[in-house]
Amino acid sequence: MSAPPYVRLYKPKVRMLWWLSRRSYTLFVLRELSSVFVAWTVVYLLLLVRAVGRGPAEYQRFLDWSASPWLVALNVISLAFVLLHAITFVNLTPQAVVVKVRGRWIPGRLLAGSIYVTWLLVSAFLIWLVVG
Amino acid sequence: MAQESKRPFEPFVWLMFSGGGVAAALVLPVLLFLFGVALPLGWISAPDHGHLLAVLRNPLTRLGLLGVCALALVHGAHRFRYTLHDGLQLQRYDGLIATACYGGALVGAAAAAYLLLFAL
Repeated sequence: MSAPPYVRLYKPKVRMLWWLSRRSYTLFVLRELSSVFVAWTVVYLLLLVRAVGRGPAEYQRFLDWSASPWLVALNVISLAFVLLHAITFVNLTPQAVVVKVRGRWIPGRLLAGSIYVTWLLVSAFLIWLVVG
Repeated sequence: MAQESKRPFEPFVWLMFSGGGVAAALVLPVLLFLFGVALPLGWISAPDHGHLLAVLRNPLTRLGLLGVCALALVHGAHRFRYTLHDGLQLQRYDGLIATACYGGALVGAAAAAYLLLFAL
């Protein structure tokens, strides 16, 4: 079944680098690019898991490797993007999710605030678990 | 509407996108900070191997980390698909892009399952 003809009537041309024309567009694309760094973070953590599973020598090799300047630089950039993801995602949540408690709407700021508190608690717990 | 009915998995993927977004937001920054920045720069001393192995072998850690990895990968794949789709105006190649993105996430999730469930 082909699309009805009216669907094809208007097709605006969009430049490939349309998002460089405005700051907010560029920020939007940077936020979207955080996906690459989220994926890299998962890969990096899995490499750590693999090294730990293979024994102390391999773990030490991972630690040495992780201190390479280029890798630290990559991870600092990744951290910035992962934080951009986290902050934009939490701030957007009240617009995507509506929570009702005892018949009353929870204001967006309270909802985002409680997610930030959860984030803090999860981070503290993980630091304790790792560094303990 | 015709386009929507061709994509029965779309709502499900969007659900995983949100779940993965939350998981990635809550868990990944602190772990990347610890293992990617603070430890390599010597801000904190590295935990010894036995301790990390014990933590990772805990069934809750295995399942939790597997869930975070898999969901975050699906989240990343879904978002990256639309980055290419809209950001670079590559709508023509959506089939190829979607296959590569979700396929990559699946391979990553399978690797995570193997590493966390069988290789520890």
